[in-house]
Amino acid sequence: MTRRWLDAPLLTIEHLTMRFGGLTAVNDVSFTVGRGDITALIGPNGAGKTTLFNCITGFYKPLQGRLALAREGVAPVQDVDALTRSGSRHKDGLYLLERMPDFEITRDAHVARTFQNIRLFSGMTVLENLVVAQHNVLMRASGLSLLGLIGWPRFHAAEQRAIDKARFWLDKIGLTDRADDPAGALPYGAQRRLEIARAMCTDPVLLCLDEPAAGLNPRESAELNDLLLSIRAEQGTSILLIEHDMSVVMKISDHVVVLDYGRLIADGTPDEIRHDPRVIAAYLGVEDADEAAGVLA
Amino acid sequence: MPITRALREAAFAGLVAAGLAFPILTLGTELDQSNRLVLEQRWSWMAISAALVCVGRFLVLILASAPTHRVARAPLVSPALTRLLPSVSVMALFLFPLVMLFWLGPQGSLKWINNYGVQILIYVMLGWGLNIVVGLAGLLDLGYVAFYAVGAYTYALLSTQFGLSFWLCLPLAGLMAASWGAMLGFPVLRLRGDYLAIVTLAFGEIVSAVLTNWTDFSNGKAGIMSIPRVTFFGLPFTASENGFAATFGLEFQAIHRTIFLFYLILVLALITHVVTLRLRRLPVGRAWEALREDEIACRSLGINTVNTKLTAFALGAMFAGFAGSFFAVRQGFVNPDSFTFMESATILAIVVLGGMGSQLGVALAAVVMVGGTEVLRELTFLKEIFGSSFDPSLYRMLLFGLAMVVMMIWRPRGLISSREPSVFLAQKKNVSGALVQEGHG
Repeated sequence: MTRRWLDAPLLTIEHLTMRFGGLTAVNDVSFTVGRGDITALIGPNGAGKTTLFNCITGFYKPLQGRLALAREGVAPVQDVDALTRSGSRHKDGLYLLERMPDFEITRDAHVARTFQNIRLFSGMTVLENLVVAQHNVLMRASGLSLLGLIGWPRFHAAEQRAIDKARFWLDKIGLTDRADDPAGALPYGAQRRLEIARAMCTDPVLLCLDEPAAGLNPRESAELNDLLLSIRAEQGTSILLIEHDMSVVMKISDHVVVLDYGRLIADGTPDEIRHDPRVIAAYLGVEDADEAAGVLA
Repeated sequence: MPITRALREAAFAGLVAAGLAFPILTLGTELDQSNRLVLEQRWSWMAISAALVCVGRFLVLILASAPTHRVARAPLVSPALTRLLPSVSVMALFLFPLVMLFWLGPQGSLKWINNYGVQILIYVMLGWGLNIVVGLAGLLDLGYVAFYAVGAYTYALLSTQFGLSFWLCLPLAGLMAASWGAMLGFPVLRLRGDYLAIVTLAFGEIVSAVLTNWTDFSNGKAGIMSIPRVTFFGLPFTASENGFAATFGLEFQAIHRTIFLFYLILVLALITHVVTLRLRRLPVGRAWEALREDEIACRSLGINTVNTKLTAFALGAMFAGFAGSFFAVRQGFVNPDSFTFMESATILAIVVLGGMGSQLGVALAAVVMVGGTEVLRELTFLKEIFGSSFDPSLYRMLLFGLAMVVMMIWRPRGLISSREPSVFLAQKKNVSGALVQEGHG
């Protein structure tokens, strides 16, 4: 099996450390996310997975470490080092995420995310949720809303395109007939799918999903797998996901990263992870390889 | 609910009312002939209030438990009416002063056009301006009147010191207020919820304190007098040769100016309304509402929340600035007493009573709150019942309080609680107020 995360890294995480007071939530973690890969981040509760996510998406400022994202191709190490020394945030499609505020990470570096506890705009309709996600494109088209105020025709065209794009995602997640209902009134599984579609409306190169299958039944979980695979195939978006549901992790991921107590303990293909004794020990706290293998299978 | 239990609860409510009424109503002090304070005992007042509460509670319990087939709660204003209401009411408003003038004559109509028309429209405009900040963006602003003051003093000072005309000062006042809004907003908007509310409250007090104490600048408590009155695009409303009346071959009457002021504030309020309506359908307006719903989700979608909050704050302030300069040109006199916290609270109450985010609700609430105050002044027949010293307008605050309590029970999300979506695919369906967030800062 090819190791895309080594040959064609999209995001390179180096020596990432995050502390809250005396608690080290993420401790010197380094790994790469491959372009076009579905990367799964797993680990027991409290291992630091969500903290790592929050560092990547700018909601936390990491204490140490470098998060380099190359929008296209492979960034030579000397370019990344030059950018680091220059002190600026980005240059020629190369972004240092640890220097950027959260909204710029989505707007400029095109890293989108979803949340463990769903965060939709519950009082806005399903369609509005998807249109709000295209805020920056529409802001540009409407001349910061000023030209839109006087009915600029270019804005109408842009808005129509935004609605068409929302429509595309509604068809894809099967919510077209609920487009005009409030997002807060949708069933749980549909809200999960809508949150993913909303994140996709920002045109991400990397989509970070925090436990997308949590609370889904087996059928919904299988649908989610199909959705994620089609996003990767059709939009070419790389996916980084936190997941406890091993059926999702083992079935769709190309690369699995395991955290425990804030440290990276394993990094490899699903097959390697399944048989890694450190992972088995972390998950079960015992050395009974047969029993642990049963869980991870 | 069984009668016995209802009786028991009603008796308990009566007891509580009696306990509360005892210190407040039973013992009163009066001045006697020799100007001494004497204690007056009014046990009947306590008995009456306790009995009223007791009976009221009993009726509420009995009626609430009656098996009514409640269909889904009907909207306060029917949808068909809601659609027609804006255009009909705008037309009615444009005709209002003329109808009043022909019906009641120049003397009789003055009160209606000035006290009801202009006064209510000022608050409608302020309510709509604050609605951008509180209703759409979900930022609790307790110092909104500060921007109203900035607008009023901008016109007052520029016109008296530099002789600038109202038409030049109007946009300047808006710009001035907007830049103060942005200046205050920049450091403050990192705060959220209660913290933001406290800081805006403080800002309102600071502006009023500065205007009171910096005498060289604002002439302090004495205020600024003889501010130039409004002109009909250059033609003064005076009896002179080149006045408005003479130019148009009319007989000079003071009401001309009032009618012109009415149309001026009507147009200003409508501009506020139209701009808000359009902005709601533009990216920045949607971002405001998204911000009210969930700020963290906004940031995850690449929305610059600081800029978004700042535009809401500055725009809301700008409309307050317009209204402020109108206030100054209408009164011809400004002093800090017009810009107290009470004003901010009234405007906020209008927005909350109306239903946060609803333009129609805010307009209705302004009519009820401001018009209601004026109506209280009219109730002179009550003097015949309660004695000549009874002044119904003194009970304004008590009635406000009662109205708020009733709203809390009956319509906790305001008069118009549903939200109209800004864009739709197949069919426009209003979003129930229960799902709409109120914003956390």
